[in-house]
Amino acid sequence: MLRMPKFKVLNPATVAEAVDAIQQVEGSRFIAGGTDINPNLKHRLLEPECLVALNGVEEIFGISQTEFGLRIGAMESLTNVETNTLIQQLAPGLASASRQVSGPQLRNMGTIGGNVMLDTRCKWYNQTYFWRKSLGFCLKKDGDVCHVIKGGSKCVAAASNDTAAALSTLQAELEFANAQGSTRIAIDKLWQADGIWNKKVGPHDLLVAIHLPAALLNQKGSYKKLRDRNSIDFPLLGIAARLKISDNIVDDCALCVVALQARPWPLDKASALLIGTTVGSDAFNEALKACCAIAAKQCRPMPNIPGDHAYRHAMVPVFIRRAILSCLD
Amino acid sequence: MRVFHLKINGDTVDVAAPEHYTLLEILRYELGLTGSKQGCDKGDCGSCTVQVDGVPMLSCLVLPSTVESKAITTIEGLAVQHRSDGGEGASLLQNAFDAAGALQCGFCQPGMIMSAQALLESNATPNRDDIKQALAGNLCRCTGYTQIYTAVESAAKDGGENGCS
Repeated sequence: MLRMPKFKVLNPATVAEAVDAIQQVEGSRFIAGGTDINPNLKHRLLEPECLVALNGVEEIFGISQTEFGLRIGAMESLTNVETNTLIQQLAPGLASASRQVSGPQLRNMGTIGGNVMLDTRCKWYNQTYFWRKSLGFCLKKDGDVCHVIKGGSKCVAAASNDTAAALSTLQAELEFANAQGSTRIAIDKLWQADGIWNKKVGPHDLLVAIHLPAALLNQKGSYKKLRDRNSIDFPLLGIAARLKISDNIVDDCALCVVALQARPWPLDKASALLIGTTVGSDAFNEALKACCAIAAKQCRPMPNIPGDHAYRHAMVPVFIRRAILSCLD
Repeated sequence: MRVFHLKINGDTVDVAAPEHYTLLEILRYELGLTGSKQGCDKGDCGSCTVQVDGVPMLSCLVLPSTVESKAITTIEGLAVQHRSDGGEGASLLQNAFDAAGALQCGFCQPGMIMSAQALLESNATPNRDDIKQALAGNLCRCTGYTQIYTAVESAAKDGGENGCS
């Protein structure tokens, strides 16, 4: 039995009320689907006095086409994103990534916004208080040592958000609201390489919606995920790919990897090699080989999450190849 | 303490409970509905699965204030619904689990049934892959799943023949 710490819950009905509510008690946190924060509360990784529940804020729901492209309300469940026909048709890589997050009940509860804002994960961190106390705690919570890198002074807990990789390949813009107003940030500018908090916005900034630019919609996309059990687990490695193909020539390509380091990592050098090649030609096959090789050099998995990191590293080129070839099916 | 206004198995109930309680704790410790099991208590095992507006969710991770306007169905509600639809005894799916020997210790069974019931309501003729997908978030440490899949297939067949599930 894992008990929650004591807290109170506020249930705002609008974005304005939500960003006001979060400031009422210091250290308050937003709660969307609760599939990440609630286990973390039970493990005493967070101990806020107050939670602000977002399920009653209608403005942050909905999936619709806009002048900019496609707007996805941050509170839409991963099941809704995965099964939405607009997303399946216009952003197949995102539908694929959403389908592979965790298990069915957790996708029914968990939200796309929550997955973007997911806390980083580490095998020395996502444990009960008792377990962590026995170990002597770690940099990310309650301690001052890193168990992943001996003597390390920077937390390297892994970004484990499957959908963030797909959204990176789609150059998503994230709309945040706080007490000062609203801002939009390109998803690749959101991250910082710090496992303690890997985002440049704070926990009091409310993710309202995800905007996908029209120019990158309606292209090929896929997400390939390495995990112990395909039914439920977090990624040991995740690769998102987006390909634009015209007249059998690769016009554009984007790749992004997650679950290796503290932030999702776009693989621009690797993906650029495929551009201009004709699908199925010798040049394409050579470029694909070179793309996988460069990506394997760029990616350096750490022993931060379960699974042998040398194996995870060896799987980088394999999964990049699978992700790209799956776009051609 | 906070008073939660909940709709559980067709009944409207007001429950006074500590604000940090999960829905599962309300069900088990405030209402005595112990059919939903407390397994891992952190979203891994699926034994606490209930339906919220017909959608399977993990009650160990649900804050009760977030489901106040929704219809919550627990394993205890299935037979009630079955009898109010004119049936007798347990629901077809519960009987199918019984007939197929789809359990050993039984701890995962309420969660399995709640996930499977939701599947049958959205897809009356699921194939083996549909069933595997729907039950992917429910872990069984005893039987190895085969009889569980057989039970769901059998309930789908019986439901098709009898016009209900």
